[in-house]
Amino acid sequence: MGGIVIIGAGMAGARACINLRASGYEGEITLIGEEVHLPYDRPPLSKSTITDEQEAGPIWLLDHSIVDSLKLKTLLGMHVDSLDTAGKAVVLGDGRRVAYDKLLLATGAKPRKLPGASGDHALTLRDHRDAIELRRRFQPGKSIVVIGGGFIGLEVASSALKRGCSVALVEMQPRILMRGVPEAIAKIVHDRHVQAGVNMCVGVGIAEITAHAVKLADGREIVADTIIAGIGAAPEIRLAQQAGLAIENGIACNAELQTSEPDIYAAGDCCSFPHELFAGRRMRLEAWRNAQEQAATVAENLLGGHKAHTNIPWFWSDQYDLSLQIAGVADLGPHVVQRVPAPGALLLFHLADDGRLMGVSGIGPGNSVARDVKLAEMMIAKQMKPAAAALADVSVPLKSLMKG
Amino acid sequence: MAQWVDACAADAVGNEDVIRFDHAGRTFAVYRSPEDKYYATDGLCTHEKVHLCDGLVMDNIIECPKHNGRFDYKTGQARGAPCIINLKTYPTKVEGGRVFIDIA
Ligand SMILES: Cc1cc2nc3c(=O)[nH]c(=O)nc-3n(C[C@H](O)[C@H](O)[C@H](O)COP(=O)(O)OP(=O)(O)OC[C@H]3O[C@@H](n4cnc5c(N)ncnc54)[C@H](O)[C@@H]3O)c2cc1C
Repeated sequence: MGGIVIIGAGMAGARACINLRASGYEGEITLIGEEVHLPYDRPPLSKSTITDEQEAGPIWLLDHSIVDSLKLKTLLGMHVDSLDTAGKAVVLGDGRRVAYDKLLLATGAKPRKLPGASGDHALTLRDHRDAIELRRRFQPGKSIVVIGGGFIGLEVASSALKRGCSVALVEMQPRILMRGVPEAIAKIVHDRHVQAGVNMCVGVGIAEITAHAVKLADGREIVADTIIAGIGAAPEIRLAQQAGLAIENGIACNAELQTSEPDIYAAGDCCSFPHELFAGRRMRLEAWRNAQEQAATVAENLLGGHKAHTNIPWFWSDQYDLSLQIAGVADLGPHVVQRVPAPGALLLFHLADDGRLMGVSGIGPGNSVARDVKLAEMMIAKQMKPAAAALADVSVPLKSLMKG
Repeated sequence: MAQWVDACAADAVGNEDVIRFDHAGRTFAVYRSPEDKYYATDGLCTHEKVHLCDGLVMDNIIECPKHNGRFDYKTGQARGAPCIINLKTYPTKVEGGRVFIDIA
């Protein structure tokens, strides 16, 4: 009897352990992770871990006392080399085999590297060690160049600036946050970075990267003490691919998060699945809450359930005093309604042709848009068709639309 | 010994809503339930110290505005990931249209 084996000790792996025990499973759980740490939280790595010199260490998702109380077997600092699906075992880096009845792949994602020699000059950020290295280098007066205007790049720029560095950010696309963020909201983020003093170089390619400079296609040259690439992440699919599992922008699962191999499931950043609330669109989400929620769905299904994963995608980012939150799938709602809930805050609702609310995007100081985004998320889950005029009118509380 | 402090006017909190109350360097959240009863808890989420007053109240649940952790504000019990530590609660009473909480 091999019980349940989980590869990847991150958010999805940790929460799967908690959920399996909460569901009453008493068999063996083996959690294998190649990092030396117990599972910890990644979002702080681009935020407080860099800005807060006093940070004691990672924020743990499982600590030793929880590991004991949940009776988990952990193999940390241990790389899984391959899967033997016929023999129902995983093969460890040291050659040992661990048998499983059911296997969960929670292998996450890895930052993409810039191609060629450029890649060697640019750091990336994924684990706690990376963040500590950035903190060490981000000393007052140092010049930092961030390549890529996605969330991680923007958060790193914001954190570097907070530490007194001089910061430039280079984005090849015509604007920052091209993927998944509406232009009006991206503009607020862009302007905030400019106001803070970041040299925003947008819509310009890179000609060359050397150890101490980034040369832009338009001839500008930016000197750099440290260069960081935040150009996206690729799902960690190697084990699945080598074992012949179906791959489609990640480890391809069905709505129940089951891979093409019936006893193997996937969850978190590595997993792609069809979302039944959004016309079966296949998606792969690189988001904290998704990892947490997929772990709950997959725990149920590892124990014989048949639950489709239908949670609404949700994401947040913090930069300076601004917080951004996105729920649903904005690009399925071509009709955009705007609401200004507080000074300096903006909410956009994305409605389909038939009036169904498909997505919401919000930004504002502190948590000023959180409640409204939450209410909109609930409307999206209920497939509601709220009246556009009411959504736009701040004198109509969104909560009143829920009860209608 | 009880230490009652005047937190706010009873009608300052909407039905099924929450407001923030700061007192002597501490911060609290004061709730009004759908049945118009008043409750009070510590003001900061036990996960990452975020002000709960910006969160959404649904029946007996307050949801943290930052990471969607949930608590039952009537009992303080943590009710949803990522929160695992319960929230401290305080007795309340309404007198003369004002809400008092016992912060002892
Ligand atoms: C810097 C940073 C900031 C972020 N900020 C936000 C944010 O503000 N908001 C938000 O919603 N999301 C944010 N995210 C995303 C969020 O953290 C991820 O979606 C989440 O961590 C995914 O969890 P996971 O368990 O799927 O993968 P991971 O947390 O990546 O865990 C996967 C683990 O599997 C291990 N592994 C992989 N292959 C093997 C193998 N063969 N053998 C053994 N172990 C293996 C890896 O080493 C890793 O530890 C951020 C991510 C980063 C990196």
